[in-house]
Amino acid sequence: MADSRPLVLGFETSCDETGIGLVRGQTLLSDALATSMAEHERFGGVIPEIASRAHLEAMVPTVHAALAEAGVGFADVDAVAVTSGPGLTGALLVGVAAAKAYALALDVPLYGVNHLAAHVAVDELEHGRLAEPSIAMLVSGGHSSLLLVPDLAQDVQPLGQTVDDAAGEAFDKVARVLGLPFPGGPPIDRAARDGDPRSIAFPRGLTGPRDAPYDFSFSGLKTAVARWVEARERAGEPVPVADVAAAFQEAVVDVLTAKAVRSCRDHGVDHLVIGGGVAANSRLRALAQERCDAAGIVLRVPSPRLCTDNGAMVAALGSRLVEAGVAPSAPDLGADSSLQVTTVSV
Amino acid sequence: MLTLAIDTATPTLVVGVGEPGPGGRVLAEAAEASGTRHAELLSPTVTAVLARAGVTLADVGALVVGLGPGPYTGLRVGIVTAAALGDARGLPVHGVCSLDAVGSGARVVVTDARRKEVHWRAYDADGAPLTGPSVGRPEVVELPDLPVVGDVRFAERLGRDVTPADVDTAGLLRTAAPLLAHPAAPLVPLYLRRPDAVPNVVRKPVTR
Ligand SMILES: [Zn+2]
Repeated sequence: MADSRPLVLGFETSCDETGIGLVRGQTLLSDALATSMAEHERFGGVIPEIASRAHLEAMVPTVHAALAEAGVGFADVDAVAVTSGPGLTGALLVGVAAAKAYALALDVPLYGVNHLAAHVAVDELEHGRLAEPSIAMLVSGGHSSLLLVPDLAQDVQPLGQTVDDAAGEAFDKVARVLGLPFPGGPPIDRAARDGDPRSIAFPRGLTGPRDAPYDFSFSGLKTAVARWVEARERAGEPVPVADVAAAFQEAVVDVLTAKAVRSCRDHGVDHLVIGGGVAANSRLRALAQERCDAAGIVLRVPSPRLCTDNGAMVAALGSRLVEAGVAPSAPDLGADSSLQVTTVSV
Repeated sequence: MLTLAIDTATPTLVVGVGEPGPGGRVLAEAAEASGTRHAELLSPTVTAVLARAGVTLADVGALVVGLGPGPYTGLRVGIVTAAALGDARGLPVHGVCSLDAVGSGARVVVTDARRKEVHWRAYDADGAPLTGPSVGRPEVVELPDLPVVGDVRFAERLGRDVTPADVDTAGLLRTAAPLLAHPAAPLVPLYLRRPDAVPNVVRKPVTR
């Protein structure tokens, strides 16, 4: 039986992942990914020029992988969506230029979209239509944001964000202190399973009564961990890696979940969606579930594969925009490295 | 064969459509001083040039794209655009050295490589390359004793007269003509420099 909902081809190149996804309505058809992460590992961070070169090389093969996985051809595509920002300018531009060319060649409308809103939209592929309003918390190596989402297609409002490091950055830096590999999220999550989260009392940033209730700060925590570890090393004592990882991770997810739940309560919203790479953290998922259950909040978290950057999330938001009748982007669409979250589509 | 030509290796965005080879001609072209706005302007310029020539993408049989050398971010915009257009329409995309499409005959071509350096390449009277494309400081590069064409802003530092010349559609089509009978090779940008050895590491960007 033919499905008449529009087929959207999504492009994501805001950082190190070349993601191409195909979505029909809110159904995920394919999600092809190429990543240059291995080339960045030895630098302990993403090198923009290396990422941009890799996007160019991966573009056409990844588009074909997505089409093949979905079992569709170019002629079936009804619209193209692409991350216009925020992200690394040089990396974004490869995706934007490619998406514009495919849209032109296929004679279909083009939607330049906001990467953060796409992180929220991807959850609809697994859990159906988002309740509106919802609160969204996006946590990754690049983002730590709390958003109020009255209408995912055209009204997303920032509530708070990090004032220094992103949550994922804190994981990367602490991993380096502990001699764990980059990116730091997965190895810390693993190490923490054998540790005692209460063994060390690390600080919870911006949780005082006068602090901004929805902003985050992880820089002080990162420094506290580094000082603690260095003191151990100076004293010639072994560093209890599992305990440090567990206590650090607990400090991060305690603050994240407390602020997410509080923003739901303060805004009278009973749905929370968490996205971004750090949403793959097992302790974050567990504690968020526990606290949402206690507060009567419905929690939605995409599976880890869809939490990290990918093309399906862009296609998912594109599909939402088509459905909502939002106007496509102008032919002179470009990239905006600091695109504000209030701009859902450009 | 009607061929669409694209080059974004210099601050001038070049899009043209025409017939390559002897007796070939350019049907329509645009050369815009686009600076760093290649990504914004390239697709609409393709649309405009095709319209001006009275043709559509369906009439195009092949693409040619400049592989540089040139500033990387702009360069990639042209290459990925040509690759995507060719891919979506099932057309071959032939890459050429962008310097080959500047001027004609015996000459040395110089273009801006940023970081106070020039890209350059020398050609004999038939227009065949005498050297590979190179990058270097204008004060120290040893250019052959041939007329110099390209970016006139480097005349003083090169100590040579430079006749102004840009990448143009006729040059792209002329360079691509011998390639069109063969299968297209993979599009490999002429970066000439490795990514910085001491890289400017950034984390995933922190959004505001
Ligand atoms: Zn992201």
